[in-house]
Amino acid sequence: MAVEQREHRWLGKSVKRKEDERFVRGKGNYVDDVKLPGMLHMAILRSPFAHARIKSIDTSRASELPGVVVVVTGEILAEHNLAWMPTLSGDTQAVLATDKVRMQGQEVACVIAETPYIAHDALELIDVDYEPLPVVVTPQQALEEGAPLIRDDKEGQEDNRIYHWEAGDAEATERAFAEADKVVSLETFYPRSHPSPLECCGCVADVNPATGQATIYMTSQAPHAHRTVFALVAGLPEQNIRIISPDIGGGFGNKVPVYPGYVVATAASLLLGRPVKWIEDRTGNLISTGFARDYYMTGELALRDDGTMLGLRVQMLSDQGYAYADAQPSKLRAGLFHIVTGSYDLPAAHVVTDGAYTNKAPGGVAYRCSFRVTEASFLIERLVQKAAYELGIDPADFRRQNFIKADQFPYESATGFVYDSGDYEKALDLALEQLDYKGLREEQAKAREEGRLLGIGIASFTEVVGAGPSKDYDILGIKMFDSAELRVHPTGKAILKLGVKSQGQGHETTFAQIVANELGLPPQDILVVEGDTDNTPYGLGTYASRSTPTAGAAAAVIARTLRDKAKKIAAHLLEASEDDLDWDGEKFSVKGAPDKAKTIQEVAFAAYTDLPEGMDAGLEGVKYYDPPNMTFPFGTYAVVVEIDRGTGQWKPLRVLAVDDCGVRINPMIVEGQIMGGLTEGFATAAMEQITFDEQGNCIGANFTDYLLPTAWETPSFELHETVTPSPHHPIGAKGVGESATVGSPAAFVNAVVDALAHAGVRNFEMPVTSDKVWQALHEVGLAE
Amino acid sequence: MNVEITVNGTGHAVDVEPRLLLVHFLRENLALTGTHVGCDTTGCGACTVLLDGTPIKSCTFFAVQANGRSITTVEGLMQNGALHPIQEGFKEEHGLQCGFCTPGMMLVSKALLEENPDPSEEEIRWAISGNICRCTGYQNIVKSVQWAAKKLQEA
Repeated sequence: MAVEQREHRWLGKSVKRKEDERFVRGKGNYVDDVKLPGMLHMAILRSPFAHARIKSIDTSRASELPGVVVVVTGEILAEHNLAWMPTLSGDTQAVLATDKVRMQGQEVACVIAETPYIAHDALELIDVDYEPLPVVVTPQQALEEGAPLIRDDKEGQEDNRIYHWEAGDAEATERAFAEADKVVSLETFYPRSHPSPLECCGCVADVNPATGQATIYMTSQAPHAHRTVFALVAGLPEQNIRIISPDIGGGFGNKVPVYPGYVVATAASLLLGRPVKWIEDRTGNLISTGFARDYYMTGELALRDDGTMLGLRVQMLSDQGYAYADAQPSKLRAGLFHIVTGSYDLPAAHVVTDGAYTNKAPGGVAYRCSFRVTEASFLIERLVQKAAYELGIDPADFRRQNFIKADQFPYESATGFVYDSGDYEKALDLALEQLDYKGLREEQAKAREEGRLLGIGIASFTEVVGAGPSKDYDILGIKMFDSAELRVHPTGKAILKLGVKSQGQGHETTFAQIVANELGLPPQDILVVEGDTDNTPYGLGTYASRSTPTAGAAAAVIARTLRDKAKKIAAHLLEASEDDLDWDGEKFSVKGAPDKAKTIQEVAFAAYTDLPEGMDAGLEGVKYYDPPNMTFPFGTYAVVVEIDRGTGQWKPLRVLAVDDCGVRINPMIVEGQIMGGLTEGFATAAMEQITFDEQGNCIGANFTDYLLPTAWETPSFELHETVTPSPHHPIGAKGVGESATVGSPAAFVNAVVDALAHAGVRNFEMPVTSDKVWQALHEVGLAE
Repeated sequence: MNVEITVNGTGHAVDVEPRLLLVHFLRENLALTGTHVGCDTTGCGACTVLLDGTPIKSCTFFAVQANGRSITTVEGLMQNGALHPIQEGFKEEHGLQCGFCTPGMMLVSKALLEENPDPSEEEIRWAISGNICRCTGYQNIVKSVQWAAKKLQEA
């Protein structure tokens, strides 16, 4: 599918967002805004222990409270074979605990009551007798000999290992290391964090007892995939399940998994014949739903003294919590972590990954990240900076020296990806130029003489997004295509229905622009509909920066198909041969007679009123798009920081981003995505971490303990772009939603390390809090 | 308890449970669902409304505490069918993405501009620092408030 070479009327245009009209009026429609007649309310009782045997659950006092309709336990669900459910990685997770609880915050019982207040009152009247068990809080502990077996419910599971998975060529990598003049290694931990969209999870399940039709409004980034999981879990016929994902208050991966609350509310509605609403509270969201990262990583670079990279060896151990519940392409057990070779021409690489169960929340869902690309990018960009210091080469020069060059694309990486396109040097050069890198280095040297500590951090990241080609990518066997259905009505207005689901990314505007560009209707005449499984074609949803690479491509292709039909109709109307028609983006005209023309609106009307003989009526179609390859967005981020020598506080003075996401559809929206991602990258580097004590208590169960950046701490951003189209995407776009969370954490950490590099500091673990920097200042004698 | 609360200019005399939170009174009793709940603990500001013109977090404020007072929610921003300049500013400068924090952000901005019609970037960032946005990175929210300030000054 080639990028069309013509002037784009609607690509590259910062069209104002259609969705804003309702949001600025407070007229969004989020799940908690859904109110149905006779609706009941559900609240969840969660385990206070990280690991314990349940000796008994007494719900009698709770059941007697006026207004309580029913108290649901795992025992009741087990009678309906619903006590466990499959995860998106093909593991199992408890809906409500029966035998044991395996994490703090695990769902133990649910109260369904007339009001949410009564439901919460009743939680306090449920008596659970727990027998605490030994707790495993790190993956290292989990894999020790004699560690408590967490998943003793699983037949054949004899230890806490979930997977061992390798990528690359071990022997070739060994040879590279044997030939190396120098080996530089970095051991680092990417801490557990939480995506924390501002809206928590929730649903309203409405099962009609007469028809068996289940309508479930829920916070879902992937409504079609969730419908299929519901069919598998509950044994409901899939045609009777309708998932409606209304407006979503942010997702960032947190709304990809299926959570027990959805299942219990649906089961309760089925049993009671009344709608049941469940709205999660923030603590429940933070302690029990899909977290992010928790990766222990070691990277080693084999180098020649002249700075040439010869090979990369990586080991990774991930903490998956008590269930392996990533939304993970099934063949790739550590996701796309093997993109860890990054932007560099590495002849050999070998990546060894292991995943382990612990007594923590399940998931390891990406937090604004395409299946572990974030961790990979962080490791290589941190390691490259360290290697540059050890070699005595400027970090920017060292990167440039080892980049995959523009003429090497398509480039096959040592771990098996085929990078579609790139020009890494161009992005780096633009960043350095805009930064005045040379001048800044001089300023840094001068500042050091004056006793000030400035640091410059760079990260030249490469992502792999847009999952994905069906030969390699599936979730629970369902291929990771996506879809678009386009109908043009007789009056020339259209409706576009997609298998993906926006959570703030502006799909209603962006995808209308794609169709507008192909078909000539203005974007405001194209209604974009998503998130209702009865009314949209099947798709795998929005995460991993996949919407534009997959559904966006589908939208462009189906629009072109309709344009082809429109051309036939136009030829009929103009009494000309198709070959004699020109298309200018809005109308067909006869070559050499531009006055003889039909607009797309006139043609649309004719599609229902005046067709060529034998042609089917209508102007509509559906496209399932199976991408031929992944897309590989890239860029260079640069951060300048100053460290306060008295307190260890560090402050970003400049944050500059050069992004290349291929062709930009709506630059305003693209820049909004980048700024949001930079903020979450800054947050990861500076403050966000979910910690646990030795008993598995989650420290970070509210927004006082789990810090999110406000406008006060968040720096300002300078944004720049280069454009290297994807050669295989119909409009050359690559996806951009996650680039900045992937690329920027390393740039922030590199900057803080750089400020102290002359004193021998080589690493800080995230979040880089001021106490860590303060301690380092004292260790190297630079404290004030 | 019997209370009288004015919301967006309309008086409501109602009997409410003493423990009913103001946010639930607005959302459930009055069906004003533009006010959102994000964190339950005053941490995120999605529930921000104006109490006699001053921003408060309605998730930790009882409805009865608003007795005799006047509340403004996002639904009260439009005047005579026209968007308030703050609403226009958020649209013009892409100051929102998922829209969940937006009502609270707009209300603290309104309070700021009434007190300080020409705030600096630093003053805007401080004024909105009790409200969390997970999507935008704040830079465009700052621009949105500046856009509104300019429009209000020109009016």
